[in-house]
Amino acid sequence: MSAFVALDNVTHAYGGAGGTLAVDGLSIAVEAGEFAAVVGPSGCGKSTLMKLATGLQFPRTGAVTVAGAAVNAPVKIAGMAFQAPTLLPWRTTAENLLLPLEIVQPYRGQMRRRKAEFRERAERLLASVGLAGQGAKFPWELSGGMQQRASLCRALIHEPQLLMLDEPFAALDAFTREELWCVIRDLHAARKITVILVTHDLREAVFLADRVFVMSARPGRVVAEKRIELPRPRDLEVTFIPQFQDIVHELRGHIIKARQ
Amino acid sequence: MNRTAIIVRLSPWLFTIGLLIVWEASVHIFKIPVFFLPPPTAVAQAFVEFAGPLARNSWITLETTLIGFALAVGFGLLLGLLVGWSRTIYAGLYPLMIGFNAIPKVAVVPILVLWFGIGFIPAVLTAFLISFFPIVVNVATGLATIEPELEDVLKALGASKLDIMRKVGIPRTLPYFFGSLKVAITLAFVGSVISESVASNYGIGNLMLQAQAQFQVPLIFAGLVVLAIEGIAMYAVMAILERRMTGWAQRSGFAQS
Repeated sequence: MSAFVALDNVTHAYGGAGGTLAVDGLSIAVEAGEFAAVVGPSGCGKSTLMKLATGLQFPRTGAVTVAGAAVNAPVKIAGMAFQAPTLLPWRTTAENLLLPLEIVQPYRGQMRRRKAEFRERAERLLASVGLAGQGAKFPWELSGGMQQRASLCRALIHEPQLLMLDEPFAALDAFTREELWCVIRDLHAARKITVILVTHDLREAVFLADRVFVMSARPGRVVAEKRIELPRPRDLEVTFIPQFQDIVHELRGHIIKARQ
Repeated sequence: MNRTAIIVRLSPWLFTIGLLIVWEASVHIFKIPVFFLPPPTAVAQAFVEFAGPLARNSWITLETTLIGFALAVGFGLLLGLLVGWSRTIYAGLYPLMIGFNAIPKVAVVPILVLWFGIGFIPAVLTAFLISFFPIVVNVATGLATIEPELEDVLKALGASKLDIMRKVGIPRTLPYFFGSLKVAITLAFVGSVISESVASNYGIGNLMLQAQAQFQVPLIFAGLVVLAIEGIAMYAVMAILERRMTGWAQRSGFAQS
């Protein structure tokens, strides 16, 4: 089976011909339905990886394929969430969730006809991440963790096949973060969606992912890859067993080497 | 309502009355002649005496200002969206606009008179020219500060530039836009009165110039008071409009504390 998301020997730079390379010789292949985590020192081109895989940027050299097709335009089958929730303050939380449906086809053309149905879908999705009945509130009436949950919902409302997460929990406190790990874990399990998670947090990567990729310092490329054999479903307790600690320790060794 | 709240409510009136009392008292204590600085009572007298001309001319000034302001809103909004839309247009127009804004508008009035004759049209155009700039700058700023992450979310879904403008750019620009209206309406008054004083037979600006020629100093001050009242009233209208349209942007307790 060929990979769902594949970057093959990709090189990319910003700022014209003389620009410094963000990634160089980056290859990564993520299977359909797989949960992949990408870790690395800061500035290693993790966000560039996100942009390349979603068709927001195109590589200088090398090839990017998503769902069996070469990427030469925004992929439209991806949902994205970032460290900042970036919800629109003038829309209620439920209306924020509807935003992707107002953009992406075929929903866009059906917006007027199926509005009530979409609203219901938004409320169901909110309920699935523990925000039942919060749809009518404005984002700024929600806590940071709740906003981030809503932001995840917005990334999922159009039922994307690929979910791209760029340090989505970095700005949250430790307990909220662990709660949201479980939210993501359950969403992934329920929807069999392909997830690529970019993170600085090794425990987060090991807890959630099927495979962890370690990137080198800039210009970034994959220097190590670790399959996480911990059985699913994983409970937060798993983060305290020796096997888990060993994996985190091993990955940490790779990162330290990558920083040098 | 507690004591502090009541005092805060009344304080604008108390301060205004206080100013008038100090003014009146100073004129009498220092024996300042009426033709130099008339006391508030003399200004009030002028209000009664010249009620007709004051009402007529203040209406003309208000009308002039509002038409100029309306033009500025339409043009400023359009230009702001255009400048915010394209880096090329931004780069090309910005130096020109800054240069244009640096020109004192009173220096433009003679040209307008040359083209349109004295009176209503130069006054409207001066009000327009002086007040569109802050609107353009604010609208463009609102568009320029869209979060790049949000742009990515929408672009990855295949959103066009127009989509992003409609769904994110314009709504998030509204607080900047309505904020700029408060500045623009005040400037519009400056513009229309300048033009009326230099090149018109109507309006408060012209009335004050004539009063000066006839040494009716209390009437000059009455003209100033009329302008202040009109300015405050229009500012209040803009502030209410701002709160109505963009309440979501004013949830901070900072200004209230």
